[in-house]
Amino acid sequence: MLKITGYPDRYSAAPGETIAFKVSLEEDDCFEARLVRVVHGDANPEGPGLKFRHIPSKADGRHPGFTQKMDAGSYMTVPGFPALDTAFTFYTMIWPTLVRRDDQTILSQWDDKTQSGIHIGLKAGGYVTVTLGGPGGVRQAVAPKAMVERQWYALTVAIDPASGAVHIDHSPLIAYAMSDDRVSEQVTLARAGSASGLMLAGTPMADGTVGRHFDGKLDSPILIRGTHPAGLQDKLMRTPRDIELGRLLLAHWEFSQKIDTGETVDTGPYRHHGTLGNLPTRGMKGWNWTGEDHSWARKPEHYGAIHFHSDDLYDAGWDTSVEIALPDDLPSGPYALHVSCGESDIDATREDYISFFVTPPRDPAKRGKRPKLCFLAPTCSYIAYANHAEHITARGVEILMNRMVHFGHSDLWMYDHPELGGSLYDTHADGSGVAYSSRLRPVLNFKAQYHSWLGGHGSAVYQYNADTHLFDWLEEKGFDYDVITDEDLHVGGFALIEPYDVIMTGTHPEYHSTAMWDAMKAWIDRGGRLMYMGGNGWYWRVAFSDHWPGAMELRRAEDGIRPWIAEPGEYYHSFNGEYGGLWRRLGRAPNVMAGVGFIAQGFDFSSYYRRAPDADNPRARFIFEGVPDEIIGDFGLVGGGAAGIELDCITTDLGSPTNMLRLASSEGHSGMMLLVNEEFGPVPPNLGGDQNDRVRADLAFGETAAGGALFATSSIAWCGSLSHNGYANNVSRITENVLRRFLDPAPFPTSPDTDGAHP
Amino acid sequence: MVYKIVAEDDRKYVEEFREAPITAHRSPGLQRVLNIMRLYRGGDQYILIARKEFHDYVIGRMPPLRDDPIVIEDDMVFTSREAAEWELFCRRWRQHTGEIINQHYEDKTA
Repeated sequence: MLKITGYPDRYSAAPGETIAFKVSLEEDDCFEARLVRVVHGDANPEGPGLKFRHIPSKADGRHPGFTQKMDAGSYMTVPGFPALDTAFTFYTMIWPTLVRRDDQTILSQWDDKTQSGIHIGLKAGGYVTVTLGGPGGVRQAVAPKAMVERQWYALTVAIDPASGAVHIDHSPLIAYAMSDDRVSEQVTLARAGSASGLMLAGTPMADGTVGRHFDGKLDSPILIRGTHPAGLQDKLMRTPRDIELGRLLLAHWEFSQKIDTGETVDTGPYRHHGTLGNLPTRGMKGWNWTGEDHSWARKPEHYGAIHFHSDDLYDAGWDTSVEIALPDDLPSGPYALHVSCGESDIDATREDYISFFVTPPRDPAKRGKRPKLCFLAPTCSYIAYANHAEHITARGVEILMNRMVHFGHSDLWMYDHPELGGSLYDTHADGSGVAYSSRLRPVLNFKAQYHSWLGGHGSAVYQYNADTHLFDWLEEKGFDYDVITDEDLHVGGFALIEPYDVIMTGTHPEYHSTAMWDAMKAWIDRGGRLMYMGGNGWYWRVAFSDHWPGAMELRRAEDGIRPWIAEPGEYYHSFNGEYGGLWRRLGRAPNVMAGVGFIAQGFDFSSYYRRAPDADNPRARFIFEGVPDEIIGDFGLVGGGAAGIELDCITTDLGSPTNMLRLASSEGHSGMMLLVNEEFGPVPPNLGGDQNDRVRADLAFGETAAGGALFATSSIAWCGSLSHNGYANNVSRITENVLRRFLDPAPFPTSPDTDGAHP
Repeated sequence: MVYKIVAEDDRKYVEEFREAPITAHRSPGLQRVLNIMRLYRGGDQYILIARKEFHDYVIGRMPPLRDDPIVIEDDMVFTSREAAEWELFCRRWRQHTGEIINQHYEDKTA
């Protein structure tokens, strides 16, 4: 279990800026804190071990702390909505997705303290309920027939609060033979008391949280004065609005408007616009979607649904526990606030490393002489994998891992706290894909010491903690570097990376926004030297939004290695209207950026590279200086080899430059290293690395037309081999050779008329 | 119908697994046995819980619904992942074949 955890208010800050840390304790009322530079976060006894360097700061010492909770579940709120004291009718289209959950809210104007007001909900099994609370107590009507999951219904609830008369009506949009899900029921309850404000998909609770959440889609919720029959709903939803009905209208929320925002538009006369809480999914097919257009921006009227989830989380909203004004002279790099509340033991971990990066100073006047090397911290990928819980939500991953699924203390805590919210790999409790991930919450796997169920036998590290292998190596070899994060690049663009001659990636830079992609390509095309230190990079397109800062969106559209699959028609990002999915499917395969692209994955063991004839090309002489070896990287902390987890290869048809040299290729993979699905049409019987020679990592190098160069390791596992044998090994040597040459400003040859040898 | 593990046919893979419960290369026959054992058919899922990373492991059972707690078998502590894999293999072998394997992971043949 975890007894302490936390998150920063942002993932990067410049020297002199203040960064706030939010910490929660499960025991005691205080914790110790200190600022550290993160050097090596992998505790594997086979490796260099944990390394952190204390940076004295005003944060050092004891701080008060307490338990902070997270209130998950999305909803729409209209705080100023007046009391529904006179007869009214509520209409909505509804698509419930988790009918086994009890006590869900469709609409509430309910005072939880006094148990009065009006609540329209769903009972376990999918039965619509109407609850009125007032001077006569609380009374509930339950529909006699249930709604069926993932079917659209037209729901009408007419209520006279004064008399307690209630009429519930629902009918399916598609009437299946033998189905029994129509309701038309009249009941009399007690008089409803008055309450104000209004919520959809949730109810404000007495303790200040929002609870009783709804899982499913709502589309076109409407409130009109008076009690009216179900048959009026069609007329109400037509445009232009019927004048007579318009006079009765209290509110009509058209979710097809302002889809890219956190607001909902009431097109009724009172303009009771709503605010969305906890980032429910928008750009969702509505009840009337026909498929004639798949873009909500072009056909918004077919995208009038919002998909609410009881486990959506946007902002944990924790109080700040510690603030640090970063020293003005703090070097750029990876850091963490190390917090602790006692000794860890076999039952509980009592420390946490809350990670962040220090960038160069923003003010050009304060930048001074900068290193020419930049580490592009893949924070988009860290956010995509934030609290990756497929070992909990997906089930059956043991067969993929080829060994028992590993849970550490963090994972046990994650299991008990679904309100933490999932990663972009997870599904919600209702089975729909998690399309948004926010960094405004504790992210248990963006931390040193986290050992992942996904990380390959041995160290079992992934993403951030795997990247600490590279931080350690850079420090060991004495290379100075700046850090820019993905989010910084998204906002700052090309100008932010223009000053650097060399950019090194992390082990798995998988997720990129359009702005990031464009900036990176511009940098490469202007002579930059890219050292791609991982595998499966530049794979998925993501989006950010100014309306939801700190959150990132993904649509797992069409193709690719996908733990969940976006519904047809829901491939466009709600944040910005862009078509989502693989960069390859957008016409920008990873090969275009880095010279290589994703070919295979396997999560247990890694293998070695065998030198290829291109290694002896004079253009590659500098790479193999001091490395006569035929076999490269038959060792490593990540699966026991340098070629593993996810592999890339050269494919000119997909955009790998025609001058890429195949320096070495991996071999000896087991049948568990499998070809990825976008690489085949009909399913071949030889998907595994033991029978398919396309399953390999290509160690690759090529010059660019602007005098720059690309070097690709094509393997997530490469960095796990850097420290082997006290950093004296061929993986380390090759990496160092490349980095030293890339830092040498002499341009790379661009003409085949040279002999290819570098100065 | 998928492959059915039969003691008579598959017993030959037991020692191969015990020699190396976690390894890069296995015989296709053993990999098939393991794949069949690991298929998720509903119900509880076995997991490996690291009480102290790289040093101390126990087996856990994760129920089908997340609303229910993980059951931690802390009466059997393993000092390696391999030892835990062997224990789980033996349980599954018994489920599939009815046979009990009376060998400990540490008792490797000389």
